Amino acid sequence: MGTKVKLKIWRGDSGQGELVDYEVEANDGEVVLDVLHRLQATQAGDLAVRWNCKAGKCGSCSMEINGQPRLACMTRMSLFAPEETITVTPMRTFPVIRDLVTDVSFNFEKARQIPSFAPDPKVGLGEFRMQQVDVQRSQEFRKCIECFLCQNVCHVIRDHEENQQAYAGPRFLMRIAELEMHPADTADRREIAQDEFGLGMCNITKCCTEVCPEGIKITDNALIPMKERVVGRKYDPLVWLGNKITRRAHNDTPKVPDKKAQ
Amino acid sequence: MTEIERLPYDVVVIGAGGSGLRAAIEARQAGLRTAVISKSLFGKAHTVMAEGGCAAAMGNVNPNDNWMVHFRDTMRGGKFLNNWRMAELHAKEAPDRVYELEAWGALFDRTKDGKISQRNFGGHEYPRLAHIGDRTGLEMIRTLQQRVVALQQEDAKTLGDPEAMLKVYAETTITRLISDGERIAGAFGYIRESGQLVVFEAPAIVLATGGIGKTFKVTSNSWEYTGDGHALALLAGAKLMNMEFVQFHPTHMVWPLSVRGLLVTESVRGDGGVLKNSLGDRYMFKYVPDVFRDKYAETEEEADRWYSDPDHNRRPPELLPRDEVARANNAEVKAGRGSPHGGVFLDIASRLPAEEILRRLPSMYHQYKELADVDITKEPMEVGPAQHYVMGGVEVDPDTGGSCVPGLFAAGEVSGGMHGANRLGGNSLSDLLVFGRRAGVGAAEYLNNLGEKRPTPSEGEIAAAQVEALAPFERAVGENPYTVHSEVQDTMFNLVGIIRNETEIKNALAELGKLRERAGVVRAEGGTAYNPGWHLALDLRNIVLIAECVAQAALERTESRGGHTREDHPEMSPQWRKVNLICTLDDDKITLTKQAMIPMREDLLALFERSELKKYMTEDELPPEPAAQEENQ
Repeated sequence: MGTKVKLKIWRGDSGQGELVDYEVEANDGEVVLDVLHRLQATQAGDLAVRWNCKAGKCGSCSMEINGQPRLACMTRMSLFAPEETITVTPMRTFPVIRDLVTDVSFNFEKARQIPSFAPDPKVGLGEFRMQQVDVQRSQEFRKCIECFLCQNVCHVIRDHEENQQAYAGPRFLMRIAELEMHPADTADRREIAQDEFGLGMCNITKCCTEVCPEGIKITDNALIPMKERVVGRKYDPLVWLGNKITRRAHNDTPKVPDKKAQ
Repeated sequence: MTEIERLPYDVVVIGAGGSGLRAAIEARQAGLRTAVISKSLFGKAHTVMAEGGCAAAMGNVNPNDNWMVHFRDTMRGGKFLNNWRMAELHAKEAPDRVYELEAWGALFDRTKDGKISQRNFGGHEYPRLAHIGDRTGLEMIRTLQQRVVALQQEDAKTLGDPEAMLKVYAETTITRLISDGERIAGAFGYIRESGQLVVFEAPAIVLATGGIGKTFKVTSNSWEYTGDGHALALLAGAKLMNMEFVQFHPTHMVWPLSVRGLLVTESVRGDGGVLKNSLGDRYMFKYVPDVFRDKYAETEEEADRWYSDPDHNRRPPELLPRDEVARANNAEVKAGRGSPHGGVFLDIASRLPAEEILRRLPSMYHQYKELADVDITKEPMEVGPAQHYVMGGVEVDPDTGGSCVPGLFAAGEVSGGMHGANRLGGNSLSDLLVFGRRAGVGAAEYLNNLGEKRPTPSEGEIAAAQVEALAPFERAVGENPYTVHSEVQDTMFNLVGIIRNETEIKNALAELGKLRERAGVVRAEGGTAYNPGWHLALDLRNIVLIAECVAQAALERTESRGGHTREDHPEMSPQWRKVNLICTLDDDKITLTKQAMIPMREDLLALFERSELKKYMTEDELPPEPAAQEENQ
């Protein structure tokens, strides 16, 4: 029932690696991950592939397929011409652990630097009242499955490793936007979005939005509105005057928690 | 590589899904140094796949709801085999656990008055499932993940190290629990990325490893579900209960083949979707069993009225508990009235406007569009049953999650009892929260009572665990672990699947005996760093062991109840209701014993009408006649 397909798969570890040719069977209706699994089961038992749900819900199997950042479990084989050789490589922005698996710990570190949800402590359990229309904006961002394809494709860090320190990437700038738009959150993260997480470095090329498997409008709905909020604050004459008069640093923007001492 | 890293903790939680994270949060909040072992990356656990919602009797949509109604529904769904104390705790505590998530940042869908919205689901009398579209599990895991981060941020501020009190070990697998005599003392495993072998030294261990889906060919479960916790518990001397009860969820994608088993949420039916056969008949009306006869509509008209007027009409039969729907679908296909790819039709397109479908069921729309080229706003879906959940698991104390092995706790799917013979949809996410938290509290209490008498992990066991873990590399020849795994899955799905009989189960057991031997001599190629072949070689021990437990228990229980259907014993037996089947391991041999169920507390028994209890219980278990005057509600 199957046909043979040709694959070039990047094999190697952090030190070095190369594209290796394989020919493997593929059946009607399969996705790239099925074919990789068949490869593991029949020819390359130790081929490292990170995957989990195989349903587009966990965001584990991010890789680059013919140069496109994609989830292997949601990429149907029918997308490719029968004769086409399919090239599968690990995400380029992150260091390779082995084969198609990369070290994405950068993302978890960034996640830990963003001040957490800060509700009014006076609101008791079950007492939150929020309207659907108000929660909907942040709900869109919370559809994020943390596949990190947006992080991978964002040229601010894809092409400039040195920016990783100062730039959180679309996923985590969106996390800040999500908290900013959360109806029950009381903190103000506008200043640190700009100063600590590099919102200004994003030049809205929308690459992140294009690769998002959840179809989240990262640029239009999270990053641009966030930029507007930052500008609104920075150039707000009342805020400026208030700061001059009281000579206080903003106490409404929580600081980024200390990173682990290395 | 022979160097084993030692990592001391107070509590080690194995599993980073809903129950594991909730347990870890509780342990850390109790001031304990806690490690979370995650088989995948942090935030990828199988919990993300839960779609429909989290059942909690908050009464936000229908104020008639309360814990007693939820308790009753849960017991009915579980065919009264549930551990009633767990069902009670679950029904009482679920609302607070949901509110807690909200306080940690979860954004549930809202009612018009701004409360958490609740949706209908199979077996639940009132709209009860807190939800976020059809991605509730993702919201839950993300919220718990972010709560872990928030606690780590506190520790960074006060202790200078975010991981001082709570650390997640991502992509780490435990292969053995280590004891000190009778007590638990640690856990042995490897870190995937490097292949580094590790021993977590801890007096308290919480198993939160989820289920056993990868034992079956067609399953909605993810890669991790290899029965690890079940097997670790068994190997450490704990008991597994009622392993024959395996839930086959009725609606999964059946085509394309590659996505066979992908879940189609029950919310489709909760929101009005109906099941039809190839003749176009809405057949569920024919499959309402006697025990539920008076609660479900008898005509399409009445069923359809229920969506807008639930107080004056009975529920549509599409919302029967999952085991009933799965059997009905199976029967339609067997009778030759199935869909082209061997399933049945699930139709939402003719029931709701397209924009409403897109709003309520975005993931389902996405899933069918991307993977099957089917537009569910225009066409019906083809669906069929797949293994989804295991009701059986580690026997635990309902209040603390403690097993019979001191220091060993279990919560969530890996534990048994809560759901009886069949789990209601939506009761899983709430189970994770309620009993995850309780296991965290239980572990903390255990540590408090322990004082200075901390256990020391046995060096002999550690050495044996090391030999076992590296054995697949030592074999010059040996079978391919993928081949053995695939044969176990075929055997279980074909012979111990949704409908069972004595002959087939016996065949399966004979087959599994051979497969267990083969699993013991599989070979791994390559090195220890991120090597899936090696990982599977090690997981196989668990998969085969648990498959045998399921098959043995399925053979023993000669009745049909919930997730265990014997075509040679189709009746539900009140005698069997009083029996829990317990698996233990003695010298590599699984032993099965019958254990009497503790009779239900009187005040809980009084929540049911005598006439209903009569359908399940033996005469001597029933309350005396006059008690029947106690009215419900």
